[in-house]
Order: sequence, then structure tokens, then C-alpha cells
Amino acid sequence: MEKNEALKKFLLRLGDNALIQGHRLSEWCSRGPMLEEDIALSNLALDNIGRAQAFLDYAGHFYSNPQSADDLAFKRSERQYYNFLMAELPVGHFGYTIAKQLYISAYEELLFEALTQSTDDTIAAIAHKAVKEARYHFSHAADWCVRLGLGTAESHDKLGSAMSDLWAYTQEFFEMTDGDLQLLQLGIAPDQNQIKKVWTDKVNKVFMRAGYVMPGECHQYSGSQQGVHTEYLGHLLCEMQYLQRSHPQAAW
Amino acid sequence: MDTQLDLWEVFIQGKSGGQFMHAGSVHASDKEMALKYARDLYTRRNEGSAIWVVLSTHIVASLPEDAEMFFDPANDKIYRHPTFYTMPEGALQI
Repeated sequence: MEKNEALKKFLLRLGDNALIQGHRLSEWCSRGPMLEEDIALSNLALDNIGRAQAFLDYAGHFYSNPQSADDLAFKRSERQYYNFLMAELPVGHFGYTIAKQLYISAYEELLFEALTQSTDDTIAAIAHKAVKEARYHFSHAADWCVRLGLGTAESHDKLGSAMSDLWAYTQEFFEMTDGDLQLLQLGIAPDQNQIKKVWTDKVNKVFMRAGYVMPGECHQYSGSQQGVHTEYLGHLLCEMQYLQRSHPQAAW
Repeated sequence: MDTQLDLWEVFIQGKSGGQFMHAGSVHASDKEMALKYARDLYTRRNEGSAIWVVLSTHIVASLPEDAEMFFDPANDKIYRHPTFYTMPEGALQI
């Protein structure tokens, strides 16, 4: 695969993860369990949308007919999205969202830490900003895991089953395509196997603090590297892309 | 019945070395949560470089009925105001 093609795909994955996660988190706006948490979740959403814009904007440079971040967000179809399956899963109840946040933000903190060392200057610059956000997202999620885990019997059970249900979507984070291996050689992308080791340890510490045992090996879902998604992404895109699809070029 | 979490008062320091100003309050169940919510509510537009949160119940406040006793005696002590000096020309920070 040509280097630019590999880089484009890598950037789309980073951008799509942020965009889809940001969209899901924004669904909490006005529905948070309390005013303060509502604003906290909306803040997380905005961090993600900002990050999506940065990565998609850069990805757009690698198309033969350059695309804007908006073009990429609103005019691609489901099969052209490369976000993690976990990101597109519905928000569920509050504990479910927190479990998603725990897994993804723990990964992202490590990913962006590694990407600050990327030989690609633009990626390194975006990662410098993103790593601070991800660190906060992880801290927010980990605090809540401990609170819910050590809270009531109901909060413990709800978070516990969310964490074990979502476990089947975690190992997909660490998949590397041939393109990714090529980018690793060039020092652009990180080694996901290394991240996986630290991630497992990082997440396990939260499990222990919150009074849980980490799930063992189980069936893992996969497919997003090929653009194969769960039934949920299509519905999400319908809503997110509705305006641009119905009124192309609409601006305000 | 008030079903909300504990009330905390939030103080924000605009820049390092400056004074902490009361910004508002948040509801939270513990200090980490209070600090994070204070950050999310009151420093989203770059307002702060440091935050204090304190349980509202830990604040000792003067009572309205004590206001006369507390504050009225200062009313007629005009000599306590530093207005009887001529300001040296060019003096800053006064």
C-alpha cells in the first residue's frame, strides 16, 4: 500500500473515533443525571468534536480531490467509516456510557502519549493537545467507576454488567492493518501491542479499585478496519448527516 | 425534600499569584467530583489557572440580623479612608 493511502486510513480512524464518540456523548446533552454531569458530558463531547475536526481536516489532504473535515464527516457512508465498533454503540444508561468512556479514554490517553512522538509533525501536534483531554476523560471515567462500583448494589451490578458486555469490543482497539505496520516502521504510528499491555494494566487497576474482576478472554467483535459496522452506525449517520444530505451545501 | 448532592462553593484564580474569586457553586458527592464539576462549569472559557472548592456547610457566614452591629460603625469613620494624601506623581500600584 502506498504510504499516503495508509496515512489517510490511519487519520480517518482517529478522526472517526473522535467524531462518533463525540456524537454519542452529545446525546447526553439535556439528559444528564444532573445538571453538573450534563455539562461535564457535553464538555467531553466537544473535546471529541474538536479532535475529529483536526484529524479529518488533515486526512482530507490525502485525497486526490482534497476534502474538508465537513465533507468527510457529512458525506461519507457507513462503509467508509473506520471508527471502533464500541464508539458507535448506543449510550445506554449512565453506567454504560461510563464503561465505554473508561475503555476508550484509557486507550486514547496511551495512544496520544505515543503519538506525541510521531515523526509526522501534524499528528504529533494534535496529539499534544489531545493527550491532555484524554487524561481528563480517563480520570472522569475512572472516578465514576469507583463511585458506582463501590456505591449501591444496583450501581455495582449495572456498571459491572456494562463493563463485561463491552469487553467484547475492546480488543479491536489494538488491531493493526498492513498500512499501520508500514506507518509503524516510519515512526508515524505506534505499536498497538505495546499499548495493549499498558492499557490492560491501567484498566485492571480501575477494576480493582472499583471492586470488580477483569473479564477473561471471550469472543471479540471486529470489522471496523474494513468499514463493517454494527447496526447502530447507520442510524447515527442518518441523524448526523441529515441536513447536509437533504440540503447539500447548506451553510449558516 | 432536597435530593441533590452536597453543595460546594467554587473559587477560581484567574492567573497564578492572583486572588481567588468566588465563581459560584456545584453539587457533588465528594471532593474529586466537586473539583471536576467546578472545572467543567467555571473554567470552560479559559477563566482559571487554579480552583478551590469548599463544602458550603464549612463556610461561616455573618447573619443578616448582625449587619447593623457589624457594619454600621464603619459608616462615619471617614478618616479611615486613605483620601487625605496627595498622590505622588507617577506612583503606580496604589
